[in-house]
Amino acid sequence: MTILTRRDALKLGLAGGALAFATPSRALVEIVVSGGNFVPLPIAIPDFASSDASFGAEIAQIVRDNLKRSGLFAPLDPATLPVRVGDVSGTPDFATWRTTAVDALVMGSVERGGEVSSQVRVWDTQAAAQVVGKAYTTDAQNYRRIAHIVSDAIYSALSGGAGYFDTQVLFVAETGPKANRVKRLAIMDQDSANLQYLSAGKALTLTPRLSPRGDQVVFTSYEDGNPQVYVAGLGGQSKKLINNAPMSFAPRFSPDGNAVIFSVSNGGATNIYVAGVNGGKPTQLTDGTAIDTSPCYSPDGSRIVFESDRGGAPQIYIMGAGGGGAQRISYGEGTYSTPVWSPVGDLIAFTRQSGGQFQIGTMKPDGSGERILSASNSVQEGPTWAPNGRVVMFFRDPGGDAGPGLWSVDIWGRNEISIPTESFASDPSWSPLRA
Amino acid sequence: MRSVSPILTALKTAALVLLVVSVAACSRNGTGVGNLGPGGGAPGSQQEFLVSVGDRVFFETDSSSLTNDAMATLDKQAAWLNQYANYKIMIEGHADERGTREYNIALGARRAAVVVNYLASKGVDQRRITSKSYGKERPVAICNDISCWSQNRRAVTVVQ
Repeated sequence: MTILTRRDALKLGLAGGALAFATPSRALVEIVVSGGNFVPLPIAIPDFASSDASFGAEIAQIVRDNLKRSGLFAPLDPATLPVRVGDVSGTPDFATWRTTAVDALVMGSVERGGEVSSQVRVWDTQAAAQVVGKAYTTDAQNYRRIAHIVSDAIYSALSGGAGYFDTQVLFVAETGPKANRVKRLAIMDQDSANLQYLSAGKALTLTPRLSPRGDQVVFTSYEDGNPQVYVAGLGGQSKKLINNAPMSFAPRFSPDGNAVIFSVSNGGATNIYVAGVNGGKPTQLTDGTAIDTSPCYSPDGSRIVFESDRGGAPQIYIMGAGGGGAQRISYGEGTYSTPVWSPVGDLIAFTRQSGGQFQIGTMKPDGSGERILSASNSVQEGPTWAPNGRVVMFFRDPGGDAGPGLWSVDIWGRNEISIPTESFASDPSWSPLRA
Repeated sequence: MRSVSPILTALKTAALVLLVVSVAACSRNGTGVGNLGPGGGAPGSQQEFLVSVGDRVFFETDSSSLTNDAMATLDKQAAWLNQYANYKIMIEGHADERGTREYNIALGARRAAVVVNYLASKGVDQRRITSKSYGKERPVAICNDISCWSQNRRAVTVVQ
């Protein structure tokens, strides 16, 4: 069991930009994020003070929704709070707040003009102490980001880990009949807002992945007839990664963003290659008649996890970044596919087929500690990691004429939730925290 | 702080990828996709290949081995293709939906390769043959049980 105390969180909260105000004292509130008897932390978030009251209410609601969706927090109904609007200039009346059964209180303010600015203080109501006090700004066109940045600060202060709210999800938006689905690249904020379509859907487009800096996309497209890997900058032109491969697919960026690793099928064999992000002659990393696919680098770039049926059925293997010496790490019943290394490095997420079910799970890089986070009789696959390594998103397809949707679950197998999208959606790729 | 990127405006456009196979319509309950289409077709026509020879073979789950039925169909395909050597052919490999997207592209490629190699072993000039894999992206039978999955695990010989 891991207990992340607020003392740890205080260090993070004080790491920069703190408002000069109350001196934080050692606080008592903690979130126990693993273990069987987890209870979400009750938290009070009055509407943010603002010269535009409805704007202050909107920002506060985005923050409440983020924290509630994480599964770690239980925001109280703001209509029930003894104070309805935030006050960042004074010290809360802790005697009043102690009657409300909350452990933490967020007081915020927000204003918008040329840019959006917000101040936020997080208080430990039991210890009567400030946990964090910060001020932020963002550009006005993108005002919802201020709520996500504030949400990350609260999450980090109280759970001890980095946040993941100021992020986007790249995915494939699916429309039309199943036998001839139109698939378009799309990107949205992690809370489903600000949806943008990135391609017109004239060609079948699959498995988009964001670069480590979130500024480039690599994906598989059938625009030349056969599946091929393409690279594009957000806002830029797409370009085929390499020529002369009969079929190339399953691309992912290297951790430094300078290379792309992918599969090539030729004559029935599928092997793994790597090429510079600007193309050039690829380097072959596996060599055989098996199917080697779904490669993914470790965060330090030294190793590659991938799927291979060289042993007779799909299993997960790890090899060095230069290829060779592959070691199998999955040994449970059934087959294992789509391994994806956590950005934190401690876990590998995968899709497992066992007993007629599709399961999303994690294991340590040495193959130990396997944990199934989600199991379904429907097809579900394609895990992607939140940048803090605590939440996994994937897609589930009920089959028949229905279509896929996005889901997320935390690494303790709790809080499985549907991610709303305006069309069917598949192949999610979670961005890093935005800079 | 980085501003939001504008829409990726210029992903290169290309012609819509269309399946050129004309197949019997599949019904909602998953029956109906087979090798029989309406009409017989003149000797040497694509319609004759579709109707009288049979344009597709089926595979077991997660297998690329040719069944006896598949080999019988491919024998007929090879004989026809050797008789009408003016055609080029495209072998499309497909998988059912009960596998992951990326593995299924590779599995479809492997199924297509098995068919290419078999036809070549029966005397069809390899230079006439190309192949591609659709993975699980283009099912012909739409339902949620094995009656459909078994029809989607296929390799289709498209006469061009």
